[in-house]
Amino acid sequence: MNIWLVMLLGGALTFAMRLSFIYLFGRLSIPETVKRALRFVPPAVLSAIVAPALFLPDGALDLGPDNFRLIAGAVAILAAWRTKNMLVTILSGMAALLILMWAAGTV
Amino acid sequence: MDSSVKSFWAGVRAEFPLLVGVFPFGLIYGALALGVGLSAAAAQSMSSILFAGSAQLIAAQLIRDAAPGFIIVLTIAVVNLRHMLYSASVAPYIADLPARWKTLLAYLLTDEAYAATIIHYEKTGVTPAGHWFFFGAGLALWTTWQISSALGIFFGALLPASWPIDFAVPLTFIAMVVPVLKDRPALAAALSAGAVALLANGLPFKLGLILAAVVGIFIGAILERRR
Repeated sequence: MNIWLVMLLGGALTFAMRLSFIYLFGRLSIPETVKRALRFVPPAVLSAIVAPALFLPDGALDLGPDNFRLIAGAVAILAAWRTKNMLVTILSGMAALLILMWAAGTV
Repeated sequence: MDSSVKSFWAGVRAEFPLLVGVFPFGLIYGALALGVGLSAAAAQSMSSILFAGSAQLIAAQLIRDAAPGFIIVLTIAVVNLRHMLYSASVAPYIADLPARWKTLLAYLLTDEAYAATIIHYEKTGVTPAGHWFFFGAGLALWTTWQISSALGIFFGALLPASWPIDFAVPLTFIAMVVPVLKDRPALAAALSAGAVALLANGLPFKLGLILAAVVGIFIGAILERRR
């Protein structure tokens, strides 16, 4: 699918969801079960993207010391846990990856 | 001063602390959108057509992984489901506005605009100029997002090509996920989704991602129910 079509469809769906209950006010409400389940969307979706990016950097499982992305990801998780600061987390993970790549001569 | 103008600027001011967090996020998005191969025009357009930070980063990551379009659209829809909650939450406060206002405010209904606006509404209730506050908060965020994306696109093009800028996506998501893992259901949702994503990575069309998300949400919801 063309990237512009993906954007337009994704944008239309997003707008429809933002408008949904504003438009339907008084005619429809969200079931309590669904409301509670939505809390788990961010941890589930984001982890489903993070895990392969760290463990399968080239499409195959790599737990070795030469998987720099896994090591840098672990540094970032530690930073996120300790600081809860977005910028510190991103910068420490990126710095870890760059240092490892630099030491290995690949950057 | 006119009460609508006053309300507008109060909304802009209330949004300000949130903008500090959004700005670097926009820079990162812009830089890595180029890194995954989007054109500058497409990268910038996405910031106004989708206008949703985490969905834009996810789209960039999936484009990098050459996922099929329908999976990208489906994933965008899943991550943006939360906007229906925001929509339901602000609906009673703007129920009497004309349709063009509702349409405009719905477009501007992001996490950050919602956060500032709902706090205001809960304090004041429905007021004649309340929607100007919402508009001010939403427009401040929109403007910041467009400018920071544009700067990210501009400066991203100056970074050396060998730099692993695409790694900013998982890093951003780590920064977003770790702080919400405050209880066992949330932790279980994250771990199970991560595990399924690894096991199901071989599925065609990146369907493993959707499967992993569904399993994670389901497990989180079940565990919470048991408590």
